[in-house]
Amino acid sequence: MDDALLIAASIVGATLRIAVPLVLCALAGVFSERSGVIDIGLEGKMLAAAFAAACLGALGWPGWAAVVGAMAVAMALSLVHGWACITHRGEQIVSGVALNVIAAGLTTVLGLVWFGQGGRTPDVAEAQRFTALFPAAANAVQGWPVIGPLLAEGVLRHNALVWLAAALVPASWWLLYRTRFGLRVRAVGENPAMVDAAGIAVARLRYGAVLLAGALCGIAGAYLVLAQNAAFTPGMTAGRGFMALAAMVFGQWHPVRAGAACLLFGFLDAVAIRLQGVALPGLGAVPVELIQALPYLLTVILLAGFFGRALAPRALGRPYIKER
Amino acid sequence: MKNVPVALPRWIDVALLPVLNVLLALAAAGVVVWAIGQSPLAAVKLLLEGAFGNAISWSYTLYYTTNFIFTGLAVAVAFQGGHFNIGAEGQATLGGLGVGLVLLALDRWLPPPLLLPLALLGGIAAGVAWAWVPAWLQAWRGSHIVITTIMFNFLASALMVWLLVNVLKVPGNQTVESRAFAAGAALPSARTMFDALGIEWPDTPLNLGFVLALLAAAGVWLLLWHTRLGHALRAVGLAPDAARYAGISPQRMTLISLSISGGLAALAGANEIAGVHHKLLLDFMAGAGFTGIAVALMGRNHPLGIVLAALLFGALAQGGSELVFEMPAFTRDMSVAVQGFVVLFCGALSLLLRSPVARAYALFSRRRDG
Repeated sequence: MDDALLIAASIVGATLRIAVPLVLCALAGVFSERSGVIDIGLEGKMLAAAFAAACLGALGWPGWAAVVGAMAVAMALSLVHGWACITHRGEQIVSGVALNVIAAGLTTVLGLVWFGQGGRTPDVAEAQRFTALFPAAANAVQGWPVIGPLLAEGVLRHNALVWLAAALVPASWWLLYRTRFGLRVRAVGENPAMVDAAGIAVARLRYGAVLLAGALCGIAGAYLVLAQNAAFTPGMTAGRGFMALAAMVFGQWHPVRAGAACLLFGFLDAVAIRLQGVALPGLGAVPVELIQALPYLLTVILLAGFFGRALAPRALGRPYIKER
Repeated sequence: MKNVPVALPRWIDVALLPVLNVLLALAAAGVVVWAIGQSPLAAVKLLLEGAFGNAISWSYTLYYTTNFIFTGLAVAVAFQGGHFNIGAEGQATLGGLGVGLVLLALDRWLPPPLLLPLALLGGIAAGVAWAWVPAWLQAWRGSHIVITTIMFNFLASALMVWLLVNVLKVPGNQTVESRAFAAGAALPSARTMFDALGIEWPDTPLNLGFVLALLAAAGVWLLLWHTRLGHALRAVGLAPDAARYAGISPQRMTLISLSISGGLAALAGANEIAGVHHKLLLDFMAGAGFTGIAVALMGRNHPLGIVLAALLFGALAQGGSELVFEMPAFTRDMSVAVQGFVVLFCGALSLLLRSPVARAYALFSRRRDG
């Protein structure tokens, strides 16, 4: 019984930790795509931000400063994306792919040149990293019956960035559905001509949304280096940006639903790690690859079965050309 | 004036602008090389030597080119049909898997002349199937093909890991790979083929796949520009509504263009498995499917352009791997970055230079006329 509780508690904790970069990137995708700009480049922005955070960490910047630096780098990539897609009306998917490839190549090249450890960066010092916010409280409640481990592993042992990501989900909902900026972003993704007719600059709005997406990807990348791991390794985002994209589609371009989808994906991953090599009664060993592939499979099935184009923002992927 | 597409002479749109875009991409890469403290000119010189210096380097360059022709054609056929196939990597992986499974099953029973065509067909069938599902979902359920093909890339690699670890791995062997195919159960290497002609050639990964790639390029050109089907396919890509009005089913064309695309990508997998490795292993495509995107964009989705772009990327891959010895900072990843710049400048920013060029041309022609 106690064992089961401990396992459940650790799965809850792992689910949240794994979900953080997914949630942040999915929110980024929501903002960009609700404004009508497809963002395949979440992965690349997150990777570049992770590398930036690692470099700044190696330079001795404090944790929060490294997060801000990582956000700046990801936002710079967002500007390139915006410049190509909004200003020059380029293919948005192509531009996103370009960012992913450039980020994958450049982070490794620069990592090799600057640190010379096969592209790996030196470990970030413990003082700069984000560690559990309430370790003392966690240790105190650990022994409580039933809810103790859950409270400790699931809530109290998390670092500030986990809390930040959790807070950003309702905050994004509020920004998107309860503010003028949010209303305009949603409108420009559905019907840019109407927004333009109302005298609001379409391009400026889209740039705003795309930059916001960059900032969120930046936090996600920083989290990978400053909280989840201690250093940058080439290709460390390992498809999380695409999984976040899937979660965003799965969550129907809605911040809260996308966040929930990320939790589901995080849960599947946490369970897969847990089940490695475990034989279930009656089933035998579960193929871990299958559980790890489930998010991708689920996304395809959901896309196929329940909704298609109908729920995407109507002007998604279409550059706005002003009537003359 | 910015929003109005100006009519320019054909040579500007077809030749000058693409070349300028490639030069921009290479300039961006040059800035990176310079920023990491190396001389771009020295890098180019070493790169060319590494790619074309002797028969061995030529062979390696053309071997990489083979993959890029196949995946570039795959992406281009989908583009011509109006779809962005990001799934060439997964389709090529499945293609290699199909080839490998046929060879593993039959290599002790059938002679090579029977076995190899069968293996290629098996590979093509697997690649087509892997493209067909996303295509069907796009055509009939409206599921965005970019998302589904990305998902299918991940599913392909998960499938490969599972199969190799649980089914195909040789028991007792540390490395995750299948047994080697029987001798002779492989695409003939360049060395074997030149030997038959009495020419001495070094032992390299270059194989019959390169000839198949050139044939495929010619085949795609014939298909797209000289058949009714190709015309219908491009019509759907240019204007789906108009095509529907002309009695062409966009759904059917989606299935056809993506199937052809998947089959072409599968042949890149065949080049690796039946031509080079002679066994099944993990991650054998090493990103060639994604390079196909850059190749297709740079080659402007035309087979001739694709062969040239594939040669450039082949040279970059081979020259780059030689360059590492001279400039340790210059790894394979540098060529990945160059690919990224090419996708950015030849794809997303392809219109960047159009209006300045148009203005320059207008100025020039006015002066000539007046």
